[in-house]
Amino acid sequence: MTGSLLLEIDELRLGYETGRGVARVLDGVSLSIGRGRIMGLVGESGCGKTTLARAVLGILAANANIESGGIRFDGEDLLGMDRRRFQREIKGRRISFIPQDPYGAFNPLFRVGDQIMELMKWKSPRRAPGEKGLGALMTPYPRARKKADREEALRRLEEVQIPDPERAFGKLPGEFSGGQRQRLMIAMALMTEPDLIIADEPTTALDVTIQAQILKLIKGLGATHGVSVLLTTHDLGTAYEICDDITVMYAGQEVEIAPVETFFAQPRHPYTVRLLESLPAPGREIHEIAGEIPSLVEPPSGCRFHPRCERAKDVCRASRPPVSGALHRFRCFDPVPVPGDVEVPG
Amino acid sequence: MRAGMRILAIIARRLLWFVPTAIGLVAVVFFISRVIPSDPAALLAGETASREAIDALRTKLGLDRPLPVQLFDYYGQLLRGDLGTSLFTTRPVSADLLARLPATMELTLAAMLIAVLLGIPLGVISATRRNSLLDHALRIVTVGGLAVASFWLALALQLVFAMDLGWLPLQGRISGFPPKPITGFLTIDALISGRTDQLWSALRHLALPAITLAVPALATVVRFTRAGVLDTLGRPFVDYQHAIGIPRALITWRYVLRNALTSTVTQIGLLFGILLAGAVVIETVFQWPGIGTYAFEAILQSDYAAVMGFTVYAGGIFMIANLLVDVVHAIIDPRGDRA
Amino acid sequence: MSGFLQALRQLARDRSALVGLSLVLLVVLAAILAPVISTHPEAVWDMNPVNRLKPPSGEWLLGTDRMGADIYSRVIYGARITLLIAIVAVGASLLIGVPIGLLAGWNELWLGEVLMRVSDIFLAVPQIVLAIAIAQTLGPSIQNVILALSVTYWPWFARLVYAEVRALKRETFIEAAIALGVPQWRIVLQHVLPNVASPIIVRTSIGMGFTILTAASLGFLGLGAPPPAPEWGRMISESREFLPEAWWYAAAPGLAIFIVVMGFNLLGDGLRDILDPRLRRSHDR
Repeated sequence: MTGSLLLEIDELRLGYETGRGVARVLDGVSLSIGRGRIMGLVGESGCGKTTLARAVLGILAANANIESGGIRFDGEDLLGMDRRRFQREIKGRRISFIPQDPYGAFNPLFRVGDQIMELMKWKSPRRAPGEKGLGALMTPYPRARKKADREEALRRLEEVQIPDPERAFGKLPGEFSGGQRQRLMIAMALMTEPDLIIADEPTTALDVTIQAQILKLIKGLGATHGVSVLLTTHDLGTAYEICDDITVMYAGQEVEIAPVETFFAQPRHPYTVRLLESLPAPGREIHEIAGEIPSLVEPPSGCRFHPRCERAKDVCRASRPPVSGALHRFRCFDPVPVPGDVEVPG
Repeated sequence: MRAGMRILAIIARRLLWFVPTAIGLVAVVFFISRVIPSDPAALLAGETASREAIDALRTKLGLDRPLPVQLFDYYGQLLRGDLGTSLFTTRPVSADLLARLPATMELTLAAMLIAVLLGIPLGVISATRRNSLLDHALRIVTVGGLAVASFWLALALQLVFAMDLGWLPLQGRISGFPPKPITGFLTIDALISGRTDQLWSALRHLALPAITLAVPALATVVRFTRAGVLDTLGRPFVDYQHAIGIPRALITWRYVLRNALTSTVTQIGLLFGILLAGAVVIETVFQWPGIGTYAFEAILQSDYAAVMGFTVYAGGIFMIANLLVDVVHAIIDPRGDRA
Repeated sequence: MSGFLQALRQLARDRSALVGLSLVLLVVLAAILAPVISTHPEAVWDMNPVNRLKPPSGEWLLGTDRMGADIYSRVIYGARITLLIAIVAVGASLLIGVPIGLLAGWNELWLGEVLMRVSDIFLAVPQIVLAIAIAQTLGPSIQNVILALSVTYWPWFARLVYAEVRALKRETFIEAAIALGVPQWRIVLQHVLPNVASPIIVRTSIGMGFTILTAASLGFLGLGAPPPAPEWGRMISESREFLPEAWWYAAAPGLAIFIVVMGFNLLGDGLRDILDPRLRRSHDR
């Protein structure tokens, strides 16, 4: 055990090469996830939350470039790690993935069981570190391990309440509903006995009625297996349902990180406050956030929220606020005072 | 079990479509042969025939009877496998074609093999290394391969490799005696009888015509595979498999390729038509004793029944090829919701 | 009009379309200017046994053939035959195929269905096979080649338009027009036809290349324009007797076919990319 933190992201800076210049998608983002905790990464689309998740998984687009900062997983530097070791021991094995779109994530032409067993062949926890192959295309699957892996996989399907797992193995993806497919994805994410699951908007593509079931499943199984989860979502309600901690991102900067109760009770960053105000609630009008999401190619200086913030001062334009607080961290020169009085003048 | 039933259903559905199409095709051929010409009997008798001979032939073939009656007779003939008699060889056209079919099949399948075995990997590599030097080079070659007249390419290859360098034989199927006929495919027959010298000779004779015939087919396979792979690479399941750490080569060659091939396979059915059509001219250039050369000679001799027989035959082969393609498609794509 | 200009501007930016268009224009110009740019217009049809089988030189740019005719001049004049055949045959196929496809796709009446089944029959056989049968029956002449190619190519247009129209009919804006009671013929002319124009244009360009290749094959088989017409396929066929000595005999007509077919294919590819990015995918399916 190396401390209680599983994932530490430190001042990560990342840009995408585009035709119109470099889009600064992550501008010095820091956050950390404790063991067994569920971290919700919240923000509007384009705020960089998916890019951050993909950076941890090591599956950035070809035009993405990590400029500075670090990602530490279980005490080890992921960015500096030997690529082959990362591919073999971390990606898909100790860090697994639940995709946004369960409809598209299965190859429609292969049986679900075959796709599950392909994962287990490479990422099963029973795979010996020395197990050798003859390149990706001709590596054999040791018989004894295959049998054990298959049983394990069937147990996971049962755990996510797939009826008749043995039969499900022989079906094509098209024979499952969207909710069932997302259950299969969750099962697959758990099969490799990971320490961290990255769930990228796992309920966005689903019907509202099914969303709650899937979220409960992630929370419940996460607790049972002691797995940490990094869950990106644009929906505060989703985050409220299952997260232990919440990080809010705005235009490539994290602005506030807090345990879930504190977050909803005492938001400190003006953007967070406005975000909460935009939620529907009884007895209150919905407020939209004035202004537009800034360009990431030529982002605002300092705190990127300042053009839309009525508390903004000169210092906000000049430099990015440092982190304040410890358990409840926020980056603002003039935070909203506690207790969370949401009556902002103006 | 389930898969077997599904494939049988596909075959049945195809055959159901087959029958009206075949009836229609025969009607078209009949129309071409009996209705378009002002005097089919004169055409059938040949240019040197006398007036009396033509009249006799007309009565003998029943060409003086009403057209619908003739059409039904024609169907009856075809059902008995009778395609008429060749003026030139004086043998039944069906016997002539059947004797020459293995040569054409051997050539066509060899070309198909070259096109598929070379074209699919090239298409995949071209797509995964998009805009690389190799990709650009392949695109130029494929565009050129589709634009070149096959008979001209045949002559060029003959000129260089047979006449000038003398590496390969100019024409024919084999030097010396052919192996004992078993399948009619000289390469396979030589292999069965264990005659490596004959196998070598057959392969050397096969090389130039097969390569020539393969060029446009190869270009098509590369293009469609490339397009299919590029299309598939953008699909979310590819991203998912990358994210869970499945080895890249495996994703490309097993998972992406299978999806890409669903469209390529459909094209291969059409390719068979290109190959069959190409066989007519290429067999002629290489003196390959198949049904293409037969058709060409029939054209030169105005051997009417033989040309029509070839048309029916080629149509039949093409339809069977497309039936096979449907089956392969069903195997690659196990979803049953597509026709 | 501005849409047309925009398409032209894009055409100029698409490299393959530009190369294709240049090649096509080159051949078209050669055909139009044949009497001006050919060096021996008199030696296209006349026999000159004295000059038989001369290799390329300053006098005979691409050599002479077995009759002593200048191959360069013959190839230039041959462009006229080739383009005439392709333009008339593809044009006729358009005139037959597009209305049938529209009718069958839009009305779904028995007549349309019957016509589509007929086109299926034609598509069930390689084009050249039926073309051979027809050209053989009719005898070798330019008109008969054109007839054979038109009769066998229209189903491609019919099938294409049929499929596009069927897909369009389910689009919201067409359904809206129907619901609003716009007369059928106006919907077809104002909404359906413009939307199927792009695939038709692309198919026309590629069809030109395909038809030229098929016509050349017919010529090679002795079913094209009879001698002494300077038909490219027949010229290549004639050259076979004189290989390997007269290597130049087949070179020029073969290259001419290559250039014009490549031109139309590249133009078609480029047009497909420009006119409709979606089409590239559906086409490759």
